[in-house]
Amino acid sequence: MRGRTGRPLRSRLFHAPLARLLLRRLATTVVLLFGVTVLTFTLIQLVPGDSMTASLSETALNDPSVVAAYRAKWGLDEPLITQYAIYVGNLLQGDLGVSRQTSRSVLGDLMTYVPATLEIAIPAMVLSVVLGTGIGLYAALRHGRRGDHVVRVGSLLGLSTPPFWLALVALYVFFYLLGVAPSGGRLSSWITPPPRVTGMITVDALLAGEWMIWWDAVQHLVLPVAVLTCLTVAALVRFVRSAMLEVLDQDYVRAARAKGLPTFTVVRRHVLRAGLVPVITVSGLAFASLLSGTVLVEQIFSWPGVGQYAFRAASGLDLPAVLGVSLFVAVVYTLVNLMVDLLYGVIDPRIRLS
Amino acid sequence: MTPLLDVRHLAVSLPGADGSPLPVIHDATLHVGRGEIVGIAGESGSGKSMTAQALLGLLPENAQVSGSAVLDGETELVGLDERGWQGVRGVRIAMVFQDATAALHPMLTVGRQLTEHLRHHLGLDRRGAERRALELLDRVRIPGGRGALRTYPHQLSGGMRQRVAIASALACEPELLIADEPTTALDVTVQAGILELFDELRRESDLSVLFITHDLGVLSALTTRAYVFYAGRVMESGPTGELLLRPRHPYTAALLRARPHADDSWEVRGGTAAEAQPNGSKRPLPMTTIPGSAVTPATAPPGCPFAPRCGYTEDGCTSEVPAMTAVASGHHVACRVLPDLTEVPG
Repeated sequence: MRGRTGRPLRSRLFHAPLARLLLRRLATTVVLLFGVTVLTFTLIQLVPGDSMTASLSETALNDPSVVAAYRAKWGLDEPLITQYAIYVGNLLQGDLGVSRQTSRSVLGDLMTYVPATLEIAIPAMVLSVVLGTGIGLYAALRHGRRGDHVVRVGSLLGLSTPPFWLALVALYVFFYLLGVAPSGGRLSSWITPPPRVTGMITVDALLAGEWMIWWDAVQHLVLPVAVLTCLTVAALVRFVRSAMLEVLDQDYVRAARAKGLPTFTVVRRHVLRAGLVPVITVSGLAFASLLSGTVLVEQIFSWPGVGQYAFRAASGLDLPAVLGVSLFVAVVYTLVNLMVDLLYGVIDPRIRLS
Repeated sequence: MTPLLDVRHLAVSLPGADGSPLPVIHDATLHVGRGEIVGIAGESGSGKSMTAQALLGLLPENAQVSGSAVLDGETELVGLDERGWQGVRGVRIAMVFQDATAALHPMLTVGRQLTEHLRHHLGLDRRGAERRALELLDRVRIPGGRGALRTYPHQLSGGMRQRVAIASALACEPELLIADEPTTALDVTVQAGILELFDELRRESDLSVLFITHDLGVLSALTTRAYVFYAGRVMESGPTGELLLRPRHPYTAALLRARPHADDSWEVRGGTAAEAQPNGSKRPLPMTTIPGSAVTPATAPPGCPFAPRCGYTEDGCTSEVPAMTAVASGHHVACRVLPDLTEVPG
């Protein structure tokens, strides 16, 4: 006989209440993304003078046929509502305009820069969540004792360290003094990048079976990932520690101990689960901010990521690129929020079943 | 025959803000017999919940505990290490908390919370533990069978949650159940159901319960013997009917007079409604409050902790802690004056 409580984990994760939650959250996500397009469109209207002069280079502006084509494409002679409809229509087809600086489509630019950012943001995030949760939980369990103090001082140091300084020190020590790390960039200059599939060199190298390239790419990843991890962990640890301390003081933890369960079981099954809810919130925000690019760290490690692209677009008054990046960042935050909401549902039945 | 639980001179102190130990229980001596429901009554801060936590080793790690608490004539609980406690908690002594809403994990199913310690302590497999959990639900009168095992605490009513908590405490057939104000957080009607359940459990399975409450009505309805705590000390102990009908300690008498509707009769086991007055007379006394405010074990004055609020003090009361003296068989009072309490002090 098969009891229903014995269903495998997979079917329990994808059961009806969770699917309903997913649908509800997807609906709100669509509405949010729609709102984001209204915002970016408003930004275009707010640009002093004409969005066209901010979007086209000077030589292009002097060519009447280019100007006419541009006006026709974006419907600049139409009423605002129609312009917005055209704007959204173009967005839906993946047309974010052409960057003034790179003279390439903004979407194409993003496809180059985003994978570079993903390649450092994802490992940094995974490491941060694992280390942050582990260290924060450890500090909470050692509350008021030496281990706790060490963790607290360490995280305070991490939080008050400027990212660029840490990046510079890391380069100075590991590249200049020890010579064990490359100076920056994604690959050594003498190596030809693997055929582009995902845009993430480590993944593409693996797909191509190029172990040498993969190893070189990994070596280039280590320092930027380590620096980003240090900074994110420092923030997470403080948060996890206070969240876990709060949980440790709950009656249900005392009740679990009163059942005679081993400490390890109490912590893993009762404390960690409840403490994860707030941790997910903060981790989501941290991940979104890593994905939106970390300008200073990317700059120091000559890492061609979203942060660098955004910085150059802004300083060069490259309107289409700025809008593209803004849209990307907004989409990232919205999707990460969606993920966070779904994770809440997976962890907390009160959210899933409400 | 040795009592199931024999607590002698238990004292607990916790480090205060400046690190010096603050006493929370002074010299508590009590015992619980097999198949007996024993009450601990007292105001908040009187050390009754601390006693419960001390008996399960749930005090903060920096607590200092002295004295002795022997379970079943063989296991000394004071000074057990964490591993030792894990063999006592849940299996030999289980606890029901005041607020089941807080004491059940909000993210784990009822079934999980009923079976996790069964599987750990009794080594049952999933199916065996589930079968046992169904029996337990039946025993605490929760309908719904397997379906109930799959619910989460937030889907249950307050009374049902407390029944789940009781079922969880009973899971491994502990010798002693400590119930720390298990009905305080519930509506009066629901409360009655839970009290009835405790009574049924005692009759069915010869369960021993240490029942902590501040409600003298609950005390009289459920317990056969009781201990009255004040400022971390036992002031009076004896058969519940004796205590409520013929209290000998001025504090117990004052507590009884401070009860609203003090002219209502007690439902005392073996007592009659006619003699149901704290002073033994048939004339209803007006409800009075106890002058002054309750002291905690840490702020208690030297001597009898109740002396500053007592209407019967004599010279020695403020200098000397009174010893427990027997006034009748099984009835002990920590008062050196032992005044005639039928006379309301002027």
